[in-house]
This record gives sequence, C-alpha cells and structure tokens, in this order.
Amino acid sequence: MAEAAAVHSSGPPLSRRARWSPREAALGIAFCLPALAGLGVFVVFPLFQAVFLSTRSTDINGNPSRPAGWSNFSALFTAQFGDVLLHTLLFTLFVVVVGVALPLALAVPLAQRLPGMKVLRTLFTLPFAYSASAASVVWLLMLDPSMSPVNWLLRLVGITPPGWTTESPWALLTVAWATVWVVGAFNLLVLGAGLAGVDEEVVEAARIDGATGGRLFVSVILPMISPSVFFAVVTTTLSALQALGQVQVMTDGGPNGSTSTLVYSIFNHAFENGNNDYGLASAQGLVLLLVGIALAAVQFGLVERRVHYT
Amino acid sequence: MSRTADSTPPAVRRRRSLNAPSRAVTAATYFWLAVAAVALLFPVLLTVVGGLLPEGRLDSSPPELFGGHYSFGSYATALHEKVVPLLPAFGNSLFVGLVIMAAHLITSCLAAYALVFVRTPLRRPVFWLVMATIMVPYEAIVVPNALFVRSMGLENSRWALVLPFLANGFGVFLLRQAFLQFPAELRQAALIDGCGHLRFLFSIVLPAVRPSLTALAVWSFLQGWNMYFWPLIISSSNNSMNTLQTGVFALQSNEGTQHALVLAGVTLTLIPTLLLVVFGQRWLVRGFMAGAVK
Repeated sequence: MAEAAAVHSSGPPLSRRARWSPREAALGIAFCLPALAGLGVFVVFPLFQAVFLSTRSTDINGNPSRPAGWSNFSALFTAQFGDVLLHTLLFTLFVVVVGVALPLALAVPLAQRLPGMKVLRTLFTLPFAYSASAASVVWLLMLDPSMSPVNWLLRLVGITPPGWTTESPWALLTVAWATVWVVGAFNLLVLGAGLAGVDEEVVEAARIDGATGGRLFVSVILPMISPSVFFAVVTTTLSALQALGQVQVMTDGGPNGSTSTLVYSIFNHAFENGNNDYGLASAQGLVLLLVGIALAAVQFGLVERRVHYT
Repeated sequence: MSRTADSTPPAVRRRRSLNAPSRAVTAATYFWLAVAAVALLFPVLLTVVGGLLPEGRLDSSPPELFGGHYSFGSYATALHEKVVPLLPAFGNSLFVGLVIMAAHLITSCLAAYALVFVRTPLRRPVFWLVMATIMVPYEAIVVPNALFVRSMGLENSRWALVLPFLANGFGVFLLRQAFLQFPAELRQAALIDGCGHLRFLFSIVLPAVRPSLTALAVWSFLQGWNMYFWPLIISSSNNSMNTLQTGVFALQSNEGTQHALVLAGVTLTLIPTLLLVVFGQRWLVRGFMAGAVK
C-alpha cells in the first residue's frame, strides 16, 4: 500500500523505494540507447566538434586542418558580420511582428459564429502546406516581372513596382514576407485553437459591463489567449532565426549581401561557391547557438511571467 | 420608428445589440476577410491552376488562369525532366519523411518508456540531456555533421539524407509527457499479472497513447518532408540525391522561364502536406503545440 501511495504522489508511476534489479536497469539502458546514440553522435558530439572547428582554417585540399588561432572569432567583430546580424534582427522582427499580428487579425473574426467561417478557417491555413523552398519559388513567380499579379495591381493604381528581389531594402522585405506567408498560416491554426478555448460567458460578461471592440480584445480576449500568442511568438522567432531556404532560393544573399542572415552566412561560408570555410562557419554557428539559448532564456524568463495560464 | 425603439426595455435592447453584431460590423468583417483571402490565397490558386496550364499562358501580367486548356502535361514533364527529374526526388522525399517518422517513433517510444516505467539508472540526467538537445539549433552543428557524413563515404546513398535525424529530443519529450498521464495502477496490476515490459509497452501503453503517436508521426514526417538545408548540402554534387524541396529549387534555377513546369513541381511538394492541412488539422495542432502544454 505504501508503494501505491508513493506512486500517486510522485510524477512517474514508479516508486523509488522498490527494489533495484540489474535486469531492469539493463533493459532501461537498452531502451535509452538508440535515442542517446543518435542524439550523442549527431547533436552532442558535433557541438564539441563545432567548438574545435571554430579554431581551424581550411587547407588547400579543402580540409579544416590548419590552426587558425582566434582569427575566426575576430572575424565576428567586423562590419560585415555586423551587417549579417542586423539583417537577421530585422528579418526576425518583421517575421515575428507581422507573422503573429496578421493571423491574429484574421483569427478573431474567423472565430465568430458567422456563415462560411469554417471553410474560411481551413482555406486560410493552406499556405502552411508550403515548405520554405516551395513558398519561395511561388512568391518568386508572384513577383516575377513577366507575370507578376502584384506588379499589375500596383501599376493599376499608378505605382511603379520595385525590383522585389534585386533592390536593396525590398529584397529583405520580400524574403521576410514569403516567410510570414507560411508561418502566419501555422500561427492562425495555433491562435484559432486558443480562441476556440475562450470561455464565451466571460466575454459576454465583459460586454454586459460595457467593454467593446478594441477594449474587449486587449483587456479580455488577449489575456485569455496569451498562452497561444506566447507559443506563436516563440516558435516564429525560432523558425525565423533558422530560415535558410527563403534566402537561398529567392535572393541567394543578394543584392550585395543585403539579405545575408546568420544561417545563410553559415551556409554560404561552409558550402557555397567552394568557399569551404568550415572554421568561420562553425564560429558563426556558435553565435547562433548563443542567440538561440539567450532568446529561450529571455522568452521563458520574462514573457512567460505575463502569460495567463488558466 | 424612434418611438418604438424607445419603448423597448433598455436591457432587452442592449442584449440584442450584443449578441448579434450590427450589419455594418459584419459587412466590414467579411470585406476584410475577402481582401485577405485574395492576397493570401491567390498564390495557392496560382500554384494549383498554373501547373495545369499549357506553357506560355502564364507569361502575361496578370497571368491568365481561367478559360484555358488544362492538362497534366507539365507534371509529366517535371517528373521526367532531363536534368532534375522529380520522380526520383519524390521517392527520396517519401523515403526521408517515412524513415525519419519511423525512426522517431521507435527511438522516442523506447527512450520515453525507459524514462517513465523502468528503473533506469540516471533517469533524471538522461532526461535533461535529451531536453538540452531540443535547444540546439540544427544550423549550429550542421558543419561538423556534414563533414562527418561525407567522411563516411555515404554521399551517394539515401541514408545520408536521414542519418543525423533518426533520434529527436522533442519526440522523447512528447511521448514522456503522454506516458506520465498513464494511470499508475495499471502498471502495478500488469506487474502483478506477470506482464513483462515489452508486452506492457506494446499491448497496453502504446494503444492508449495513440493520439500522441499520431501527432508525433505527423510532426516527424513533416520535418523530413520539408527539410531543406541538409539535403541541399548533401545532394549538392549529385542530382539523383535531390529531394522534392531541393529539386523544385533546381528546377526553378534551371528552367525558371517555364512557369507551368515549375508550378507543377511545387504542387508535387504539396501533395502530402495539403492533405494534412485540409484533413488532419487536429493532429497538426496537437503535435506542434504539444511543446507548449506543460
């Protein structure tokens, strides 16, 4: 009986007091082994390897064998890499702000009980079916001068369309928009699920107390769906930070490096045009790792305190 | 008119205006949704219809999508294209998606079971190690992994496409959370009946957590199917190693002027994902949001 009680009180349905048997321990280790081997060989070990590689430079055979001292790290404090970080920041900011605000502006009306909303909800999530490269290819065509319906519309109202992927401030925006298009559809799914869980009686009570429109949304609905919003912000930040396909397909970092983000820079230095600069790419990878960990800490430490879990 | 409105009791009047939004608000709502639908869904229409049009119909601005002669000709061309044939790429993508899915299910089930139901030594450190791997952005370690897999001489093998992704920390986490919900009495009862670990796992635990297994399966398949960075660098020297994702990019950069061909290729990448988005939304939401729920 004591054992059963212990089982209920602790999370895992296992009691610490029970006897430890070598057979069971062996089974546990055997069961953990496939996952641990995979994660060990392809996640944990490569982390140490990345640190080692970051102190190397590439020899004439394309192997990262020459000691490079601190040179790969001092290359992180140049204006060029500063630009890369700036592009990453701007890209991520745009994707997170628009990629969460736009689906929110759609999810709220779509959550109403009006005819046609169910079909529209499904339709608006269709872009989530696109991978990064598929979305990029389609948006390249959407903006291709030979057929662009977007340019046609702009000309109709008397605006000369810019070179979407070939002119400097526009290219980064275009790449970010293709990203928003996909992650926004996913966020719509997330926020829609959050809104579906909102207690209508609470909203109705707030309405009777005189809350309307924007006030109702900001003070009542938004706090109630804040876990969904928080989740959308976290996942969107991470996917924006890790975006490669959009940049590589749409602009290949150009024009003039103006769309070169951190992950694109890693890809470019290590794998493009026979650069083979694995050392510099690894050093930049470590920056990505630090940024990722810092973001996770900030998001979970600061933001989650304001999130209302019910 | 104003007199009848005044004669309505205030409470009733207020209630009515609350429950049913005014016509103007409803009209504005539909207007906003219609504008957004045109802007956001036109690319989807363009993809699906454009791939069915004869080449050249899409060369005017705006493209003429309707009233044409539709056929699957561009699909046949894309599947058997000379430089970047998408048929083998389709096979590779299916291989990647399905192998990663199966591997995640197997490795995650076993590890999660060992962490929850077995007195495995060092359960806590093992769990935290697994959780820590979730925090590592894949792009931070892609260089050492690429050098390692290339050094193994796997460059012409499909296995090179999946090797680094056979285990996943999120999968272990997801199934551990599901297993923890499992009633402890059942394990006790099964033990008393002399039910061993393997039978308990396969005939009692797994059937009970089928929703979580489905969610993980969908999530893992999509991870594999949509993967881009890894196949791009591993298949860079060999077109027969393309997945659909890298194949569509190659098609776009080689035959970028043949819009219908490119769009047919894009539609091929959408086949499983579109089905999931239309018919499997609940699994998508459950799988992808599992990390958000404690």
